Amino acid sequence: MKEVVINPITRLEGHGKIVIVLDDAGNCVKAYLQVPELRGFEMFAVGRHVEDMPQITSRICGVCPTAHHMASTKALDDLYKVDPPLPAKKIREMVYNIFMLEDHALHFYILAGPDFIVGPRAPKEERNIIGVIGKVGKEVGLKIIEMRRKLRKLIEMIGGKVIHPVFGLPGGISRPLSGEIVENAKKIADEAIGFAEFTYKVFKDIVLNNKEYVNLITSEAYTHRTYYMGLVDDKNKVNFYDGKIRVVSPRGVEHAKFDIHQYSDYIAEHVEPWTYIKFPYLKKIGWIGFVDGEDSGIMSVAPLARLNASDGMATPRAQEAYEEMYETLGGKPVHHTLANHWARIIEIIYAAERFRELANDPDIASRDVRNIPTAIPDVGIGVVEAPRGTLIHHYETDERGVVKKANLLVATQHNAARIALSVDKAARSLIRNGVIDEGLLNMVEMAFRAYDPCHACGTHSLPGSIPLKIYLYNTDGNLLKIIDRIS
Amino acid sequence: MEDFEPRIIVFACNWCSYAALDLAGTSRMKYPPNFLVIKVMCSGRIDPQFIFEAFRRGADGVLVAGCHPGDCHYIEGNYKALRRMTLLRKLLESFGIEKERFRLEWISASEAEKFVSIAHEMYREIKALGPLRIEEVSKIGEA
Amino acid sequence: MEKPKIAFYWCASCGGCEESIVDLAEKILDVVNLVDIVFWPVALDFKIKDVETMPDKSVTVSFINGGIRLEEHEYVVKLLRKKSQLLVAYGACSSWGGVPGLANLFSREEILRCVYQETPTVDNLNNTRPKTKLNIEDIVTLELPEFLPRLLPIDLIVDVDYYVPGCPPTPEVTWKAIEILLSGNLPPKGSVIGASDRSLCYECHLNETKPEKVLIKEIKRPHEVIADPEKCLLTQGLVCLGPVTRGGCGALCVKAAMPCTGCFGQLDEVIDYGGKAISYFASILDYYNEEEVEKALSRLPDPMGTFYRYSLPASRLRGKIKIMER
Ligand code: SF4
Ligand code: SF4
Ligand code: SF4
Ligand code: FES
Repeated sequence: MKEVVINPITRLEGHGKIVIVLDDAGNCVKAYLQVPELRGFEMFAVGRHVEDMPQITSRICGVCPTAHHMASTKALDDLYKVDPPLPAKKIREMVYNIFMLEDHALHFYILAGPDFIVGPRAPKEERNIIGVIGKVGKEVGLKIIEMRRKLRKLIEMIGGKVIHPVFGLPGGISRPLSGEIVENAKKIADEAIGFAEFTYKVFKDIVLNNKEYVNLITSEAYTHRTYYMGLVDDKNKVNFYDGKIRVVSPRGVEHAKFDIHQYSDYIAEHVEPWTYIKFPYLKKIGWIGFVDGEDSGIMSVAPLARLNASDGMATPRAQEAYEEMYETLGGKPVHHTLANHWARIIEIIYAAERFRELANDPDIASRDVRNIPTAIPDVGIGVVEAPRGTLIHHYETDERGVVKKANLLVATQHNAARIALSVDKAARSLIRNGVIDEGLLNMVEMAFRAYDPCHACGTHSLPGSIPLKIYLYNTDGNLLKIIDRIS
Repeated sequence: MEDFEPRIIVFACNWCSYAALDLAGTSRMKYPPNFLVIKVMCSGRIDPQFIFEAFRRGADGVLVAGCHPGDCHYIEGNYKALRRMTLLRKLLESFGIEKERFRLEWISASEAEKFVSIAHEMYREIKALGPLRIEEVSKIGEA
Repeated sequence: MEKPKIAFYWCASCGGCEESIVDLAEKILDVVNLVDIVFWPVALDFKIKDVETMPDKSVTVSFINGGIRLEEHEYVVKLLRKKSQLLVAYGACSSWGGVPGLANLFSREEILRCVYQETPTVDNLNNTRPKTKLNIEDIVTLELPEFLPRLLPIDLIVDVDYYVPGCPPTPEVTWKAIEILLSGNLPPKGSVIGASDRSLCYECHLNETKPEKVLIKEIKRPHEVIADPEKCLLTQGLVCLGPVTRGGCGALCVKAAMPCTGCFGQLDEVIDYGGKAISYFASILDYYNEEEVEKALSRLPDPMGTFYRYSLPASRLRGKIKIMER
């Protein structure tokens, strides 16, 4: 048997490594995705001032720091039993949607975009943002860059910093918004709507109009029937900032809908000896290994899962796009991993629409943005939907607000088991008769990038990096060759 | 462990404490020879960084000695030292350094005996604790 | 003339330093015009193998972010040192360890136990832990890089030419640093580049409201007060580390009415950021006897996380020290 190693997996956040085992005929019999990262956040949170956690935990991930900052800040509200004034909640939710929008745009255009826009079999020198710009034209490229810059600048103006925001405090936010910021927000929100429409069009033109891509999306290699999880509002519509956690089965039936305080009744984490990442699964279904289906507790999060777990989108344009996707792909739930890209675009539309609603809400100009906590802290749990899925922070403190215990369940982790399934299946169906070329290996990586996995996040517990290497083994267990994709 | 001889650094203010140490010497009072004295102009001049540096470079204990409150030649220097060393002590604890290894004392020029008794006490306590080993982390495998 | 070759690599990084490069936005296109990027795993499809085959010293500058936490980081950083003319520690983590460096308060064993056995949701009756080598059914041996006993800044592993500070560095600072590096007019080795050489207070819009001599009676934690955004935060009792932190960010946190936590690190000549910070901060507490000072300080139960938030592994003591067995 042969082993193929892809190391590092490129264009994703965090490090990763894929090991593929081939039999003598050159067919893939097994593939492993290893996450060689660990940093130990749960441990060194202990002893810290709990109000520092929104800034400390944002360092789990500099790509989605706003998600950690927000989940953490919400855990602080809960910990100090203080309800922020409504304007503070709205400002937080607005910032959060701006963040979702720019982060999804990063993923679509810069990280995964090259696969679709430039093409999965293009030479590696071109499969990157520069290649994307070459394909869509410099003007469009600049437009994308400029939009992201404006959105991120706005987050900085409100949050203090865009990478590692500082404005979240128990009971609200650090200071009200200036008139200038409010005006700016309204203006940028209008542009964001245009940008979202434009992105939808790019997606349709380049991806949906290309038969080969559509076949790829719906191909069996990229399909798994798992549970899906996401936050929903009281009408079961997708919500990124708040709500209840809803889980649907592979058949689309509601398995559970619960308040965040019950999370540990529903979710447990499984440990494997060959990777640093832990695998959360549905406790009531149970862990039966890396298999999909109704009896396996493996669940999936992130854009497609959120859409699958909901009954629709809370804004009109996004709802239309939502219906269009399910119509095209044959109803709910959709099990094709690569449809995550489509779902992500629908979320871009929703984020832009929600951003505009909130930017035009007179409340966000209010000076009333903070309630000072008075309760003695003990336990606090917070949740948001990060771009990459459900994110849970849980702290326990002493009466001085010093952390005694922390638990962090991070989006990429919830997806880890399904990602492992995806990589294995993609490798098995794509690598046949010893044919291993660059393009094929990239297609294995694509299975993985579709989730936009962030291993920095997933392994906050361990140190962080995600390379991809291919090792070729023969059936006697001898390592024949290590292929670094390019050799 | 029996042969362990602690190395203890004394940061002594020029105007009182250093004079007291001098006096102890000229009066032939006996105290353990393990103390290395560094003279500073005022206890307010002692930066916590010096103390970290002393531990880093192999000190098993550090004594900071200054004029009694109210007697500082620079008026406020020893109050600054008091505040700094109080905060420093909390940090040293989190670094895992036992409290016996670090002391702040007020010793006037005439208090040679006070110094001698503190010296005996520190010597005894630190000897009992054993050496402070700060691992060389420039080699990554260690810890 | 051939363009300078640039490499980026991340170790135990959060990815924020990588994003900060993407945040150069339009300028990234200028960078691409000026240089050839030969290695950048987060954005480009080149692999470590590509680097191994490059001739020594063929990369003009390598930027490393993240501290050294795994064996693999050590390997790649040493490799890039060999292949590069200049090596730059980019960001707080690679310069001094950064936030993940707080893990140095705990042993490797404590961390592994906490993460894989003790968190409330973990279901691990067999006490499984990740193994660095694992043989599966005699077919394949899966390897994971070793989780090192401590997190270290990269200059404890390799020679570092320059430092770009910040968690992460701002695009302005990064751009300035790139200009300096490409100018050919290089500052002395070991310099911090791109940021200011004065303290943050000098560029803070609230500096005018800060009196010559600050004295505070009561330490306030940020959740306990609604700070007046027009008045120096330190004078309001918040632990703002502006006076001992290098300028360069434009006082971003203070603009959002939150105190500076020191992510731009120490000024030149300071050997231990935390030591310097406690020296300054303690000296402004307006108390004159030990009990009162103690009492004031009891309002700040975590001095370690406050003063060494970004620099514990670079402190003189590097983290919690090991006392020899007795
Ligand atoms: S310095 Fe800050 S932004 Fe950069 S990798 Fe470290 S934690 Fe992330
Ligand atoms: S102490 Fe902080 S708030 Fe005051 S001037 Fe300095 S940086 Fe600004
Ligand atoms: S204000 Fe301080 S903590 Fe905030 S970005 Fe600037 S240097 Fe970093
Ligand atoms: S002069 Fe002795 S303590 Fe200041």
